[in-house]
Amino acid sequence: MSLFDWFANRKKLGPISKERQEREIADGLWKKCESCGVLTYIKDLQANQMVCLECGHHHRIFSHERIRQLIDADTWQAFDDHINPKDPLRFRDRKAYSDRLRDMQAKTQLKDAVQTGMGQIEGLPVVLGVMDFRFMGGSMGSVVGEKLTRLIEYGTQNKLPVVIVCSSGGARMQEGMLSLMQMAKISGALERHRQARLLYVPVLSHPTTGGVTASFAMLGDIILAEPKATIAFAGRRVVEQTLREKLPDDFQTAEYLLNHGFVDVIAPRTQLKKMLAQLIRLHQPYSPKNYQANSDQVNPERHSLSNSGSRTSIGTSS
Amino acid sequence: MLNSSQLLFPHIRNLHLFPIDAMPTTERRPILLDFEKPLAELESRISQIRELADENEVDVSAQIHQLESRAVQLRQEIFTSLTPAQRLQVARHPRRPSTLDYVQAISDEWIELHGDRRSGKDDPALVTGVARIEGRPVVMLGHQKGRDTKDNVTRNFGMASPSGYRKAMRIMEHANRFGMPILTFIDTPGAWAGLEAEQMGQGEAIAYNLREMFRLEVPIICTVIGEGGSGGALGIGVGERLLMFEHSVYTVASPEACAAILWKDASRSAQAAEALKITALDLKNLGILDQLLPEPVGGAHSDPLKAAEILKAAILHNLEELLAMTSEERQQLRYQKFRKIGVFTE
Repeated sequence: MSLFDWFANRKKLGPISKERQEREIADGLWKKCESCGVLTYIKDLQANQMVCLECGHHHRIFSHERIRQLIDADTWQAFDDHINPKDPLRFRDRKAYSDRLRDMQAKTQLKDAVQTGMGQIEGLPVVLGVMDFRFMGGSMGSVVGEKLTRLIEYGTQNKLPVVIVCSSGGARMQEGMLSLMQMAKISGALERHRQARLLYVPVLSHPTTGGVTASFAMLGDIILAEPKATIAFAGRRVVEQTLREKLPDDFQTAEYLLNHGFVDVIAPRTQLKKMLAQLIRLHQPYSPKNYQANSDQVNPERHSLSNSGSRTSIGTSS
Repeated sequence: MLNSSQLLFPHIRNLHLFPIDAMPTTERRPILLDFEKPLAELESRISQIRELADENEVDVSAQIHQLESRAVQLRQEIFTSLTPAQRLQVARHPRRPSTLDYVQAISDEWIELHGDRRSGKDDPALVTGVARIEGRPVVMLGHQKGRDTKDNVTRNFGMASPSGYRKAMRIMEHANRFGMPILTFIDTPGAWAGLEAEQMGQGEAIAYNLREMFRLEVPIICTVIGEGGSGGALGIGVGERLLMFEHSVYTVASPEACAAILWKDASRSAQAAEALKITALDLKNLGILDQLLPEPVGGAHSDPLKAAEILKAAILHNLEELLAMTSEERQQLRYQKFRKIGVFTE
């Protein structure tokens, strides 16, 4: 048997071992990486913030997990939990919007596609909004618009930096023009926050598209993005359906946007909290006393960040 | 139809930019929409009878008069009961007056300005310029569709690129600096969604306009004259006042795209048009629209100058109200206009 035959035989055995893998995944103890196929013990994966230990693939995470990763323990205070969506257009596609909402709320235990609140990042107070892709693709309707607007207004009144983790297919079609207008509403609130010379940092996670990209996702003073996240104005399907244009594979990734100058930093999830804290500190008014108090924390981080930062950029360019 | 002696604004004869009037009469044969067919049949019957009567020298004026009043009635009936999908057809009518048509018709003078000074491109799908309306200097800008296939290719069917939105912002900044009110005209199927547009940051270009338009101190009046397509429309659509012509539409996503995504079937667009609530009346009821502008019976394209007259009167009226306010009051009004949009329970 030649070496080639040996490889060929191994390939044939593939499906069997795959079946076994799937059984293990069903137990919920192991997760298979969508990118490299390696199985990882779920606790190890969680400890690494759901980033594949083998290939660095960022598994999709949702709002609760994200808040837990970014906000210091016991400092999270949710805002506007009680706001509920309605069905103002009595919209019905293949399913009634009101039924869709009820099913989504039951499935996700969320009222709508965003969680907002206040908390601390390494002891620094921030207001944070986190979109949740599970809830109708993170789409933005009246509730998302209202909660984010209130969040930003709270930030402006209380002189706090705003961080919004984006993950959305865009405006929610089931609420028609009310959804489109949320883009302007949120942008208006951001304008006031900006006038108050306060810092706004959106974090673009996979995927950020449509009306979210064409409003608050692109309005950051500094824009961070997760590696390989899809970031687009026109979603691939819309472009292909309405324009019959075939798009290249690497199009609309975070790295592509960085190369074209629309994203400042690609922040691996494992570095995100540190980087946000560092950015917030850098934008605080300078006083020697403040700097002294923080320097113990800041300096070692800066070294570790710049090291890993350069590693990342090598990784993405290769 | 029109001839030069009927022009309400005689000065525009000197400018060859009012193409509906400039078009040779042979090319001005009406373009019929399917629901206009019964009306067209009736009208052709009237002219047949008239010809026959002339040949045979019979007096049929009584019958003709009756048929003509029936035609007027029918037209009225058809255009007051249009479905959203039919309204969309009127909004997209190739002869529907475009931004440049209205600009020419309502302004005393107009100079088009070009370029965003950044991208090395000028976007013909979005036109901007300085103008004067009833003596007052203003800035006018809007999406520009083409009038025939060739023109439409040049104008990219009114789908603006990032350079178009950035040009619009540059001209709006200019207006702000010189205290000139801003009049925007919305008429686009949507922002251009091509490869180059994505590369140049279509999302960022629109987002930037949304935020910065809240900052401007001068009055901003936005009018949907035809098709208000999603973010591409909103990108020049933030003002204290939103006006809309009766048969124009404003959508969160084009009914075709919506049908493709929600029904997984692009041919269900009529259903999507119905469900999305895109007509001027719908938007008035949702509290998004400030003023609905009636159109001549048969749509703006059947009497463009009448439509322009209605537009001009509405703009002047709104402008007067806005100019009586301080810039802070206007900014507050603009903020509150959008702040209160949204339906939810607490």
